Parts: sequence; C-alpha cells; structure tokens
Amino acid sequence: MSNMANVVLKRPIKRTKRKMTKLRKNEARWGLFFLSPWMIGFLAFYFLPMLASFVFSLLNFNPAVPDEATLIGFENWQRALVTDKEVLLSFTRTLRFAVISLPISLGFALFLAIILNSKNVIGKTLYRTLFYMPSMIPLVATVLIWNGVLNEHTGWMNLLIENITGIQAVGTEGIRWMADTRLVYYSYTMFGLWGVGNAMIIFLAGLQGVPTEFYEAAEIDGANWLQRLFKITIPLISPVIFYQLVLGVIGSLQYFLAPWVLNGGTGFPEGMTRFYMIYFYKQSFTFFNMGYGATLAWLMFIVALILTIILFGTAKYWVFYAAEERK
Amino acid sequence: MNEALSKSRKPISRKVRNRITAILVTSLTIVILVIFLMPMVYGIMTALKTDAQFSTKGAPWYPASREQYEYEGKTYDIYEVPIDGELQGLALVIKGRTLSQFVDSDHPEDGLIRWEGAWRTLERKWTFDPQWGNFVKAWNTINFTRLLGNTLKYAGITTVGAVVSASLVAYGFARFRIPKKKVLFMLMLSTVILPGAITLIPTYFVYLQLGWVGTWLPLIVPAFFSWGTNVFLMRQFIMSIPRELDEAAMMDGANPIRIFISIILPQAVPALTAVALFHFFWAWNDFFGPLIYLAGNPEKFPITVGLTAFNTLYSQYVNMIQASSLITAVIPVLIFFFAQRFFMQGVVITGVEK
Repeated sequence: MSNMANVVLKRPIKRTKRKMTKLRKNEARWGLFFLSPWMIGFLAFYFLPMLASFVFSLLNFNPAVPDEATLIGFENWQRALVTDKEVLLSFTRTLRFAVISLPISLGFALFLAIILNSKNVIGKTLYRTLFYMPSMIPLVATVLIWNGVLNEHTGWMNLLIENITGIQAVGTEGIRWMADTRLVYYSYTMFGLWGVGNAMIIFLAGLQGVPTEFYEAAEIDGANWLQRLFKITIPLISPVIFYQLVLGVIGSLQYFLAPWVLNGGTGFPEGMTRFYMIYFYKQSFTFFNMGYGATLAWLMFIVALILTIILFGTAKYWVFYAAEERK
Repeated sequence: MNEALSKSRKPISRKVRNRITAILVTSLTIVILVIFLMPMVYGIMTALKTDAQFSTKGAPWYPASREQYEYEGKTYDIYEVPIDGELQGLALVIKGRTLSQFVDSDHPEDGLIRWEGAWRTLERKWTFDPQWGNFVKAWNTINFTRLLGNTLKYAGITTVGAVVSASLVAYGFARFRIPKKKVLFMLMLSTVILPGAITLIPTYFVYLQLGWVGTWLPLIVPAFFSWGTNVFLMRQFIMSIPRELDEAAMMDGANPIRIFISIILPQAVPALTAVALFHFFWAWNDFFGPLIYLAGNPEKFPITVGLTAFNTLYSQYVNMIQASSLITAVIPVLIFFFAQRFFMQGVVITGVEK
C-alpha cells in the first residue's frame, strides 16, 4: 500500500513546474474526455434524479395519470413526519434489526478472519474458500434454503437442537424461527451470515497488514491472547472496521430482499419485517403514490447522511490511523 | 485457551503447546464450518426427497421412500415389527387395533403372521432413494432455460459495459491533471454509498415515458456509464502501473487513446478481470431492479425474480424449492471456484485501500 502511495506522490514533484499552459489544457481536455462516461452518468442517473426526486416529493403524483399531478407543497413531508405512523414504525424496525444484525455479522466476520489468520490453523486456504463460498450464492436462493432449514416442522435446525439438547424444538410448540417475534430478527441475521465472505476477506487483508513485530514485542512483555487482540489487533484494523460499519449501516437502511422473498411485504410475523424499504416500495410501486414515495426516499437519504456524519464524528475517538498514513 | 495451558506451562515444551493449540483451533474451525455449511447439505437432501416424505411422520432425514411389498396382487407397506425381541421388516396386510396380520417378504409362502399390538405404534421401513428427477422437474417447471438465458444476457451485456466504462474513467482519474479532479473523485466515491431509492422514482418515470419499463433497457443502459466501486478499483490498479511506459509511448507520438489501448489495458488485466467478475456476480444477484422494471413480464424475468415468483406459487413443494435454489446457486459457485484468486484480490483492493 505504502509503495503504491510513494510512486504516486513522487510523480508531480519530479515534473518541472509550470509547463506550457497549452499542454496542460490539452491534458485536461483528454482527461475530461475519459471522464465523460462517468460525468454524463452522474448527471443523468444521480444528480438530476436526486433534484427531481425532491420536486416529486412536493407533488401528488401517480405515473399512470401524470397530467393530474398537483403541487401540494410540503403535505407529503408532513404526512411522512407527522401523520403517517407507519414511517416511524418501519424505521424503528429497521434500526432494531440493524442493531441486532450488524454487530453479529461484523463480529462473526472478524472472528473468522482472526481464526483464519492464526498461524495455528492447519489448511487455512481451504477454509477460507469454503467460508467464502456461500457469499456467491444468489441471495434469493440463500434465503429459500435457510427458510427450509429453519422450518419449525421439517427444518434441520430444530431437529438438531432437539436431538442434541433434548429440548422440544420441533413443531408448533417448539422453536418457531420465522414466526416468533422475539426470534425473527435473529433468524434473518442468520441468513445474513452466509454473505459474510466479503467482510471476512477484507478483515483478513487488514490483519495481514499488522506488523508481526508488534505481537512479538507484546508477547515478550507477557501480554495474553485477549490483550493482544484488544490492544493491538483491533486498534490497528479499526479503519477497516469503520469502513465495514459505514457500509453496513447504509446497507441495513435499504434491507429489502429477504423479507420480500419470504412474505411479499406482509411483514410476517405481526409486521415485524415490514422494514422501511418495504414500505417505500409498497407506497411507490404497489400503490403508485410516487410523490409520497419520493418523500420517503429523501427522508431515507437524510437519515443515511446523518448516520454517516455521526459515524465519521465518532471515528476520531476509536479509529486509529497510523502516523505514516496521516500525511 | 492459552490461559488454561499457561498454568501447566513448565512441564510442557513450547513445541507441544503450539501443537495442542493448533489442534484445538483447527477443530474449532472445522466445527464452525460444518455448522456453517449444514444448510447446504439440508438443501441437497431435501431436494432429493419425494413429495410423500414430507407429509409422513417419522420419515428419515435423508431422501428415502417407504419400502413396499406386493402380495397377492396388492402392495403393502413394510413395517418394523418386534417379534421375539427382534425387529423384522414385515408387510402389513390386515390392519387391526389390537391384532394385525403381516406377511414376510422373504417367505410369502409361510402365509400371514399374526402380531398382537397397535400397528400405529410401529415404524415404517425406509430405503435410501434419492429422486434425481426432482432437479429435472424443477428445471422444467420453473422454465430454467429461459430464466438462465435472461440472466446470462443481462449479466453478460452489463459486464461489458461496466468494464469498458470503468476502465476509461479510471484511466482519466489516474493519469490526467484535471482541474477540480479531487472534488470529482470524492463525488464519484460518494455515489457508492448513496441509497438507490433516492434516484429511483424520477428515473422510473423517465423510463416509463420512454417506453422502457417492461424491457431490459433501464437495467442495461446505466451500466455503460461507469460505477463508483469499479472505477475506484481500476484507478488504484492503473496508478500502480509505471508511468515510464506511457511517457515513452507519448514520445513516440502515441495519443492517449492509443496509450490506453496498447499500454494500460494489457497491463490492467487482473483489475479488468476483478471488475468483470464483480459485476457479473452482482448482475447475477440483482433483484430490486428487475423486480421493478420487469414487473408483469415473466418471460423477461432473470433467475432471482423467477425463483421468487416460483416460491410464492409453490412454497408447499419444499423439495422443488430447494432443488431450484440449488440450481440457481451452482453456476456462480462453480465460477467462483475457478476464478477465486482474481476475485479475492479484487475484494481486497476495493475494501482496504479506502
């Protein structure tokens, strides 16, 4: 990493200052030529739609009858923020789920990475591949396979629990993974663990970047396994944890696929899985309230922005950047 | 683990201690791995079961069918009957509340055997009997050939678009001095974490006006205008290619397009492969886009949406659902096994260098 940075940093210094401006202009023109696909895409697919989305949020709008669109000011916003209780409810569900699933999945990814980075494990590359493999399975298939495993009557999860512990787990009186309101978020988190591969590989790369001298020095000072984990490993890979956390939070806000595949947005059980994105989809593409949908989308954007800013604000207290990287 | 060992540190040499830790950690890993992959075994076993096996109590966990025996022109189920303290597989011919009559399939000439007891308490006899035909049935019911064709087309075309556009833009960001380049670059990175919903409704409306809703166009066209993550990965890679080569070519009078094609691209093959693989898997997985733009056009569905529709209709056919899920999973998993090296490198570049 640092090698690459050096190559890049040295470049501009080597060059003689102030070459002919005509050359610079020519270079910039070529550069813009190469950037043009992105710039067109940015305007057409990000910037203008974002602005338009805000305008839509001020309208009462159904795409089937676009001519009947009327400007209603901030009525949609008022509805989303004040009168429509489902907005806050679905958002709270989303947050509650994120608070359960994010720490578990990130923790599991980090745990796997630490195990697979340990010099004590025999056959590391094989495990790495096998732990990664389920991440390649399309999420729809993952959800359906797990839905079978967690079936209260025929699923193996309950069969195993019953056979190993002797507790009655199978059947309607047993453990109802998908129907019990106390369990359903944990069940959804469990599917998610099959997608842990990317985070695991990124953590693993982070761990491999930690200089071994640190561990050797700590060992000489008599630090035990836990101390080394919390005083060396975690601080040194905190930038990677931070990156994963930011992406994870933004991703959780948009959680959609699993509940949609499993219950088509009914929120089973008891509305527990009617998350924000599901509500957004229903308003926009089932009821075609696109003005209101645009409001919900903007609201999500604002929340995502606030959460990102908060995360970046906390970063200085716990994310550790080595001095050499700070330049 | 280490603490427990350290108490008995003195008598055990370091080497032995390391070996014990290695065995413990490795077995822990294997246990976790087995639990982690258990659902896959479940999926395979379930996909191979007959429909009848799900509704029968006491059916085994592996794919099996009831053992039956034909006696005097009729078929009877075979049960495990305790006779003389031994379990014998006998076909149940006459059912009775307290007394039933069986026939021994090995010695039918002996006639009916009387057994006292409630036949309902007996267990059936099962034989391992995988229904490989379930996969064929699932393939045909869900019309996999069409779904697969759609997904392949979608993934293939957009992968070309993603790779071409990302490499062009990345070259621009990596090699040219452009005013406000830093701002542009940050802007591009910020689109990576922008929630997709925010742009969805106006773009949907525009596509609707263009008559694109219900076609593949809204899903394909944007791929040709480059994507933040892919550009980022390519740019990191291009920046590591020594500039001397470009400069030499420039001296020889090559223009930037020439340099891009004959110098940058050939050297950037690992990054191109990684971007292509990423995008391919992404497109293979894509659900939300096709769900919205192809709603009501089942003949255009990709695998993911098709599988969901199938599940909604046939969720009671557990074996069919598992078989079709496995068919969906197998191609990406196979590609992954062949290309995992490039793929994992790509993950690392996009994930860590930020």
